[in-house]
Amino acid sequence: MRHETIKNAETKGAVHTSVEHDSAARHVAGRAEYIDDIAEPKGTLHAYVGLSNIAHGTIKAIDLSAVRASAGVVDIMVASEIAHNDISPTGKNDEPILADGKVKYYGQPIFAVLAKTRLEARHAARLAKITYDALPYAIDVLDAAPDDLVTEPLKLQRGDPQTALTKSKHRIINEMRIGGQDHFYLEGHIAFAIPGENQEMVVWSSTQHPSEVQHMVAHVLGAGSSDIEVKVRRMGGGFGGKETQSNQFAVLAALFARKHGKAVKLRLDRDDDMEITGKRHDFHVTYDVGFNNRGVIEALDMVYAARAGFSSDLSGPVTDRALFHADNCYYLPEVRLRSEPRRTNTVSNTAFRGFGGPQGMVGGERVIEEIAYALGLDTLDVRRRNFYGQKTRNVTPYHQTVTDNIIAKLVDELEANCDYQTRRAAIKTFNAQSPVLKKGIALTPVKFGISFTATWYNQAGALIHVYSDGTVHLNHGGTEMGQGLHTKIAQIVADEFQIDLDKVRITATTTAKVPNTSATAASSGTDLNAMAATDACNQIKARLVDFAVEKFNVTKAEISFQAGHIRVGKELIAFADFIKQAYMARVHLSAAGFYKTPKVHWDRKNGTGRPFYYFAYGAACSEVTIDTLTGEYRVERSDLHHDVGRSLNPALDIGQIEGAFIQGMGWLTTEELWWDDKGRLRTHAPSTYKIPLASDIPRTFNTKLVDWSENKERAIRRSKAVGEPPFMLAISVLEALSMAVASIADYKHCPRLDTPATPERVLMAVERLKNISAK
Amino acid sequence: MSIRFLLNDTEITRDDFAPDETLLDFLRLEASLTGTKEGCNEGDCGACTVLIGRVQGSELIYEGLNACIKFTGTLHGCHVVTVEHLSPANGKLHPVQQALVDHHGSQCGFCTPGFVMSLYGMWMQNSQPTELDVERNLQGNLCRCTGYRPIVDAALAIQGNANADPLIAERAKVTALLKAMDIGQRVVSGKLDAPFIIPADEDDLAVALIEYPNATIVAGATDVGLWVTKGFRKIAPVISIGGLRDLQNITHEHGSLRIGAGVSYTKALAELEKLHPALGELLWRIGGDQVRNAGTIGGNIAGGSPIGDMPPPLIAMAAIVELRKGNHIRQIPLEDYFITYGKQARETSEFIRAIIIPAPKPNAHFAVYKISKRRNEDISALLGAFHVKLEDNIIISARICFGGMAGTPKRATHVEGALVGQPWNQMTINAARLVFANDYQPLTDMRASAEYRLMTAKNLLQRFFVEHSGETQPIRLETHHAA
Repeated sequence: MRHETIKNAETKGAVHTSVEHDSAARHVAGRAEYIDDIAEPKGTLHAYVGLSNIAHGTIKAIDLSAVRASAGVVDIMVASEIAHNDISPTGKNDEPILADGKVKYYGQPIFAVLAKTRLEARHAARLAKITYDALPYAIDVLDAAPDDLVTEPLKLQRGDPQTALTKSKHRIINEMRIGGQDHFYLEGHIAFAIPGENQEMVVWSSTQHPSEVQHMVAHVLGAGSSDIEVKVRRMGGGFGGKETQSNQFAVLAALFARKHGKAVKLRLDRDDDMEITGKRHDFHVTYDVGFNNRGVIEALDMVYAARAGFSSDLSGPVTDRALFHADNCYYLPEVRLRSEPRRTNTVSNTAFRGFGGPQGMVGGERVIEEIAYALGLDTLDVRRRNFYGQKTRNVTPYHQTVTDNIIAKLVDELEANCDYQTRRAAIKTFNAQSPVLKKGIALTPVKFGISFTATWYNQAGALIHVYSDGTVHLNHGGTEMGQGLHTKIAQIVADEFQIDLDKVRITATTTAKVPNTSATAASSGTDLNAMAATDACNQIKARLVDFAVEKFNVTKAEISFQAGHIRVGKELIAFADFIKQAYMARVHLSAAGFYKTPKVHWDRKNGTGRPFYYFAYGAACSEVTIDTLTGEYRVERSDLHHDVGRSLNPALDIGQIEGAFIQGMGWLTTEELWWDDKGRLRTHAPSTYKIPLASDIPRTFNTKLVDWSENKERAIRRSKAVGEPPFMLAISVLEALSMAVASIADYKHCPRLDTPATPERVLMAVERLKNISAK
Repeated sequence: MSIRFLLNDTEITRDDFAPDETLLDFLRLEASLTGTKEGCNEGDCGACTVLIGRVQGSELIYEGLNACIKFTGTLHGCHVVTVEHLSPANGKLHPVQQALVDHHGSQCGFCTPGFVMSLYGMWMQNSQPTELDVERNLQGNLCRCTGYRPIVDAALAIQGNANADPLIAERAKVTALLKAMDIGQRVVSGKLDAPFIIPADEDDLAVALIEYPNATIVAGATDVGLWVTKGFRKIAPVISIGGLRDLQNITHEHGSLRIGAGVSYTKALAELEKLHPALGELLWRIGGDQVRNAGTIGGNIAGGSPIGDMPPPLIAMAAIVELRKGNHIRQIPLEDYFITYGKQARETSEFIRAIIIPAPKPNAHFAVYKISKRRNEDISALLGAFHVKLEDNIIISARICFGGMAGTPKRATHVEGALVGQPWNQMTINAARLVFANDYQPLTDMRASAEYRLMTAKNLLQRFFVEHSGETQPIRLETHHAA
């Protein structure tokens, strides 16, 4: 499944066709420029950070003499020298740039050093002698106090689950651990600040949120936002890890750049990047579920406790989104869901693809498994019996009615296409005969809510210039991190003007062209920015039409944009010629577009509203084999069916789906974060933190877009957001592993496989079930 | 004598390379070749993959290596090829590059130059790769965006004529250039008090180590590289042995295989696989392609790590290590080389010359099992090697050695004792399982818990028994995808 063409277009690179990524040829040639590749102005200096080596304590003394004496060192900065020492993205004033008096996690930056070369700065940063009065610390979420939260928790409730639970025929109370995840973008954090006149500063930042970096730098420098321009042409991956985490390095580079009047670059080494930047939240989930003989859920009460780290960062909205997705595709008649974003002495956890949604969903799917194994049912049957209905049983725990539900049809189609029932039967036969190797299969659905739950974030801007030669300059508020956002929006713009894609020039994202932008996050990049770009195109087109009406004395209806031309009455004028005429007639050929998502609203206090404009759906079926002597496993096959509405670019969408799936598989299998008893993260490099390799992907791997779906809402060209939803298709791998383990005890006991399901966890689950069987 | 090498089509001649300057820093900061990316700075992600051409015997062979942990001085006499060399600016893409574009094999693009170079290296040697070849070739390249499927598809669909490739077309010319750089004399670079030394030959190495008793010996630098890039350790004086031909021979003598200390994993693979297929399987799971091309069997032993993958199987096979100091050569059993954690039998000014591995006897059963969190390019949580000889179904000898279970690679003497003299049956195995705890008290760390290590070690003995007692059903996952 690739290179799917939905329609043949006359222009090159039309919408709904599989155009290659705009930078593909430069990527492979090594000529795509990342921030560290930009030629440095003469005299560029390099900053680095000195880190704490305890998890919690009061700083007694900082001896920086050895740092100062180290080769190449130009300057050192500590917290007391920074007037506005705060980069909390939520305004809670709980996140210093440099630790001020207190250290709150192992690896927290305490000082910054500036040197002539990066190597000198990195080396010098290790030479400080810092003494502390150590304080007690909580590393694990279960070490943390349940009432010491970094931000206000959320409760979603409908009905009276406490009473309903006591009335259910069946009731299961248990718990689950869900691990965190490092982003492991291949390009680590980097900022490059170049001072200009007066307060002016240009900051190149590898960030998903240039406007926030701009505001942070302005705030910290005591300048206006108008003084600061933040730019990013492309990131070497983001995945949420560059939504807020870029701020710290950008402001440090900017502070030094301002002080010394020199360009300053700060690029983290991989190990430091992994140690001092936030990750996906890990969770401890408790569940209390009541259900009937058929496995239909009657009541559910869950608590999602998260390791938030030392500050709030985005832990509020992340844990909110976990609750929003505990239901996944299932109707919960009587329900209470509560979040506990607990304070720990670890790096402050942050956004990561899915933004809490995956953790919410994994918790919810554990509940389904519990029910299925307790009743001796196929998990797929239990899933179906609990799916949201079309007319009834269609209201979420946050009181939004699901009006675009396609999950039943989607799952039916996948079940048939991947031959689920036959394969499941064959696997059970295999397991009965195979002494050591056991197989498992699972088909899991996904429903994911699209929109920022912070309603004001659902806005975007774009800037389009049409030059007098008919070429087009495109700029918008979204950032490119590999997802192909620029390519898709350029396709839309080319399509609006009916010109070839190569006539549209994609340019670096900058706060100077489009102001007050939202983070490129929540899968919303295309939904928001393409609509803003369309608005800008429409403004220019309207002026062009008015011009043609006047010049050629025709009606509006007689004018259209067609494959590189403007049709005026019966005449076809080449686009470039027509634009030249418009320019000569003094038509304004530039426009700023704007968009805000309609219909969304959210009352967090009462837990009601419509936080999501629409839902994206998908389902996956995975088959695995495990070795019950060692816990080792292999993914044999995965079939993915995913709903992107009407695909804007099938190749890019499939790339997002497959990439998200493998990243999700890594999260649930081999990617393990491990802290030692001093609170130091010991999996801080690819040697110890294992993301999937080419040899880990399913041996058979089929991906299909749900070609009959189109967005019921008026999203851009009836497409749907794709960045995050397919990440959760990987839950099928976890549940397939679980089924393989369950075979040990004849599928009568839930394996309760926590994540990441490393070979060790698989073996321990096998041992647990062996012991149960032996009794 | 200067350090000389060819960088793309430019000859570099320098005598001021710092002994610890990495090739990646040289490329990006000095040569302004920014196509080669830094992803991890420890040789694990492959974003910095370059091709290194070296005349081996009479043949010029190009192999992918991680520039981030390669010291520039070690490239004397080599051809360094970076991604910029594949296609001229604004020119036609190389077939490897074009395939990746056609299959949508890049997203963020940061890992892409590294993938291009790895695939290029494979394609030059093998233009019709199988899926298995591709997977092995890409074990040292991480991509976080694509999920790899389009990259693998691209690798299987590379078009174009290898003979038209510039590196292949210019092979004779480059070979002559590189040969001219090697004048058979010692090369010294850097400062007098912190020199970088390339000995002329093995005898000169022995002399240099007497002259510089505190020198760091560097072969592939897959470990020493990290001392520098992550630990800021001062390693000078450095003695570079990666190019020493005297240490790169593989010979057969008296039924044993003799592997020079400087032989890379890649070069040793075929012979070790012949010695026993299990060794071949193991080698394919050591590092990625870049690490196997650089790392040496000798280095894996010399470093003394308790989690090196080569010592346990070699100890189980009763391998001998040959050491030299000055003109004195001695041989010791490999297991005696490891004294305690951080302490080995190698004396000051002494170096490992070769490893001698006796071939397993016909009545012997041998296996080696590596257990890691991720199947490929991972450090072992534990690794067990089993070598048992049977006569009339009675165990007459047993050599069992584990890595990751103690401060050194260590034999399971109690387990061996419980096996020898007993019949080869499940009851014997059950009894032997019980004494594992007498041999090993492993640690809990980020790779595995003590409990898992001990339990799995016992289970590996079970696996070994089942696999060598006539069981016909598969009881182990294939170590790789079926081709």
